[in-house]
Amino acid sequence: MSNAQLKGAGLWADAWRSLRRNRAAMVALYLMMTVVVLVLAAPLLSPFSIDSTDWDQISIAPSLSTQHYFGTDDVGRDLFIRTLYGGRISLMVGLVATLVSLIIGIAWGATAGYVGGRTDQFMMRIVDVLYAMPFMFFVILLMVFFGRNIFMIFIAVGAINWLDMARIVRGQTLSLKKKEFVEAARAGGVSSFNIVRRHIVPNLLGIVVVYVTLTIPQVILVESFLSFLGLGVQEPMTSWGALVNDGAQAMESAPWALIFPAVFLALTLFCFNFVGDGLRDALDPRDRQERS
Amino acid sequence: MLTFAFKRLLTAIPTLLVLLALAFALIRVAPGGPFDAEKELPPEIEARLNEAYHLDEPLYQQFGRYLGGLLQGDFGPSFQYKDYTVTELISAGFPVSLKLGGLAMLLALLVGLSMGTWAALHQNSRTDHAVMALAMTGISIPVFVMAPLLILFFAVQLRWLPAGGLGDGGWANLVLPVVSLALPQIAVVARLTRGSMIEVLRSDFIRTARAQGLPQREIILGHALKPALLPIVSYLGPATAGIITGSVVIEQIFGVPGLGRYFVQGALNRDYTLVMGVVVFYGVLIILFNFIVDLAYRWLDPRVKL
Amino acid sequence: MSKAKICWRFLLILSAALGVACSDNDSVHAVRDYGQIGGPNGSTLAADQTLHKDNGAEPQTLDPHRATGVPEGNILRDLFEPLVMEAPSGELIPGAAESWAVSDDGLLYTFQMRSDGRWSTGDPVTANDFVYSMRRALDPATLSTYASILYPIKNAEQVNRGELPPDALGVRAPNKQTLEIELEAPTPYFLGLLNHSMAYAVHQPSIEEHGEHFVRAGKLVGNGAYVLNDWVMQSHVELVRNARYREDAHTTINKVVYYAIENADTVFKRYRADEIDFTQSVPTRQLEWIRQSMPDEYIQAPYLGIYYFGFNTTRPPFKGQPGLRRALSLAIDREIITDKLTAAGELPAYGWVPPVQGYEPQQPEWADWSREERHAEARRLYKEAGYDADNPLVVEILYNTSEGHKRLSIAIASMWKQVLGAETRLMNQEWKVFLQTRAAKIKTQAFRSGWIGDYNDAYTFAQLMHSANAQNDSGWVNAEYDALLDAAAVENDPLIRAKFMQDAEQILLAEAPIMPVYFYVSKHLVKPWVGGFVPNIMDHVYSKDLYILQH
Repeated sequence: MSNAQLKGAGLWADAWRSLRRNRAAMVALYLMMTVVVLVLAAPLLSPFSIDSTDWDQISIAPSLSTQHYFGTDDVGRDLFIRTLYGGRISLMVGLVATLVSLIIGIAWGATAGYVGGRTDQFMMRIVDVLYAMPFMFFVILLMVFFGRNIFMIFIAVGAINWLDMARIVRGQTLSLKKKEFVEAARAGGVSSFNIVRRHIVPNLLGIVVVYVTLTIPQVILVESFLSFLGLGVQEPMTSWGALVNDGAQAMESAPWALIFPAVFLALTLFCFNFVGDGLRDALDPRDRQERS
Repeated sequence: MLTFAFKRLLTAIPTLLVLLALAFALIRVAPGGPFDAEKELPPEIEARLNEAYHLDEPLYQQFGRYLGGLLQGDFGPSFQYKDYTVTELISAGFPVSLKLGGLAMLLALLVGLSMGTWAALHQNSRTDHAVMALAMTGISIPVFVMAPLLILFFAVQLRWLPAGGLGDGGWANLVLPVVSLALPQIAVVARLTRGSMIEVLRSDFIRTARAQGLPQREIILGHALKPALLPIVSYLGPATAGIITGSVVIEQIFGVPGLGRYFVQGALNRDYTLVMGVVVFYGVLIILFNFIVDLAYRWLDPRVKL
Repeated sequence: MSKAKICWRFLLILSAALGVACSDNDSVHAVRDYGQIGGPNGSTLAADQTLHKDNGAEPQTLDPHRATGVPEGNILRDLFEPLVMEAPSGELIPGAAESWAVSDDGLLYTFQMRSDGRWSTGDPVTANDFVYSMRRALDPATLSTYASILYPIKNAEQVNRGELPPDALGVRAPNKQTLEIELEAPTPYFLGLLNHSMAYAVHQPSIEEHGEHFVRAGKLVGNGAYVLNDWVMQSHVELVRNARYREDAHTTINKVVYYAIENADTVFKRYRADEIDFTQSVPTRQLEWIRQSMPDEYIQAPYLGIYYFGFNTTRPPFKGQPGLRRALSLAIDREIITDKLTAAGELPAYGWVPPVQGYEPQQPEWADWSREERHAEARRLYKEAGYDADNPLVVEILYNTSEGHKRLSIAIASMWKQVLGAETRLMNQEWKVFLQTRAAKIKTQAFRSGWIGDYNDAYTFAQLMHSANAQNDSGWVNAEYDALLDAAAVENDPLIRAKFMQDAEQILLAEAPIMPVYFYVSKHLVKPWVGGFVPNIMDHVYSKDLYILQH
């Protein structure tokens, strides 16, 4: 087992201990897990499907007796099941888009940082150029012109966020490169690719985990922003953003259509942020300044 | 310092060109054209319109024509708002957006910095958690929910503030849009400040200052604040971008005549020149702002050489 | 201003308002049973006669000959006076022309101009102004996109296509007070067309002086009740009273502010905050709540338009399948849609042409059947077309992105599923993409559509399904239908003409390339202190007919 991996394991155990001491983060973590379980178990919890309409139950208030625990929407569909299914989409968009940005960002940043020299300069120049793009505008244009394909959202949002990741990873790689275990591996004749894969990338994990927990809520918000502009997922599928936007249009006549999805959305974002902050503190308190 | 500035400005040129080309390509491959409407046009009329707006030329020629116009500060005629040029529209909309965005940024910094510092000074206490939870709500509730709620409460129920529009440009009309725009940024700034402030407060030189018995106020304002500002300054770039995108929503909800609304309207109506104009304008703005932020960063952080 | 003077002004304004009330059309103000308080009689007018009107989107231009949309039309109606204008109830009354005569063959219209018609500069409005303006409207150099509405005028189409010079247009001014318009074919609805901004007169000297900028505030010269005072893009357009307007003495509102707000929810909030007196839209989702909390302020009226879904008849599954198309049309429950979904008082539509003047509304025979009978027939036709539970129809509904269309499409998909077991995919596209997809007739199967009539006559609807019409997005071709329509287009006798179109509609309904859903209503929120508003089928409102009560 290599030096780096040993070091990694110790770091994680420490981090977990320190995270457990952070009450807010732990509560957030449990809440988050509850939401995830609820969202996954959705079909078991309600007799309704997401697209079954009931003309006699249009916009009715929540009630246990009708089994519409969160009420119904303006075409008589059950909001409980829609909120949970919406959560699936929102979480999935958050996760997948974050992964996309992660993969591009790590590859780009680690390469630039490890190779260094002119390659590094050139690669980071490209990041600088892209950084100045009003990307949200491009996303809007894409969604407007080419329809609301859920993969489009993943790619578009992922493509914006990888720039941050690339910068962070490059910085970390630069400092790791000078560490003894990397120098030792290089002296031992290990190839560059293997050094990056075996030593650099695992050591980036901490920062990556923090980044992921903090990026997912951002992406979920971006998706809701697109929903507001009418560019969200296709009916009958839905997302928290789409539900909240729908609900906001009838906030006085049918408050339940806003409140339930909004609570789920806000709670999830809240939890991700708390857990992310907690993880950051737990993993490396000194990290903070370099990253931000 | 000068070389740095010069270098940065040089890199701005390719950035701008990429931006222009990307935006131009994107909007031109989009299905639908500026003259498509429910009622279809006779082909002769459509041909004449295309000719009048030079849409009959090959794309590269149109792009060249556009660049040529830009160099002379001419953004071209608006397709949608037939009585105005894009230059006129931008120069009318930008001051409004600037006022809105600038005030929102200022508010975010003021409130965010104070909240973050306060929380840092009372680290892990109840007030710390309360302040941070409050800040966190700012990023957890989408602005398109927050803004209508604010309107409902302050304009419709209490009638303290107008529900929308710019009125005579007075302060009352700005309060709600500025607050809605600032809320998510307040949260981020507060979080960043708290983090870096805690770090700085732990550092040796603050401990020394404390040991010397300097008053708290002076320690914070005189010693801790400047180094603690670093991460906030580098966040200003993304914050500008955030405020600009936020303004697209806010301007719609409040009916404020800024640039953000032109962007969405322009895109929906395939007003090629208007969309290009807004993208280019915002692109330049973001480049310029990142440049200023870099300068500020260098001024604040003695470790970075000019 | 002293108190006495204020009272004196009140009296003046009051008498002015009463003057309007007793003018040529008494029914105008009598029709006020919309639950609003009082009328001009016995009620006091507000000191501040400013009307704040929501106007939907930002006007794209104020050049009457380039304007196409509703927001532009609303403002232009206050700025210009056409030859023939409308009373508040919508009926045609003399405008810039004080009278007119039509030749027996219906081909020549002779208008007698008013002697007191004035531009806002003080210049007299003459027949020559209209000759100049109509030539300008059809001149290809003007780049008008709505010129086809004037094609009934002789040579108009050739002029607009650039095949004839503008002065070949069949519009002449034998003298300053007489205007002659020659038509291509008898057009019973021609007077109604003159209401459209394309037929407005523009002021030649100011266009020659300012060029494209003639529409700017301070430069725009009109002959209407108001002049353009200020125009702040994306915010508002402000009009003030035109003191030179021929009937200025009868105008009450001094200032009209049109606000450009796209978001119906924002409009509603500003309405509730008393920042807006009159809205163009009502947020559908809040309708129920509005009915309960402000029942007197919600005003709806039939509107000249039909909401429908079309079937692409050029591709499977709808190609050569009138039975299947009829089955889908039979399966939807229009009453549920209008009662529970749109719920604004829309009329369920079984026929194609909304209630218009001089036309007998048509319906398919099954319109009067019970729900069970309809569903049974729908299932029979569905089966006949070769579909059943094991082999369900899989169909896609295309609609343009909007809250309302989304709800309707969801509802229809669900009805098809419940009654027939058909599987429906929903697909929404942004407006311009949608228009292109729909017009291409390649990917579309079922699509949402709507049509607002350009004029109050059945022909504006009937012509839409003619095979030569570019907007016939269903791609439906029927020689008999086309022949009946072509015959109606040149027929001078109104009864025979209507008969042609009614027969055509029966063919259309039997073949069902379209599935009518409901006839539109116009919806407004009107503050109790706004008087003089009478809803009409064209939804045309003139600010000069309104007044503000004290509140």
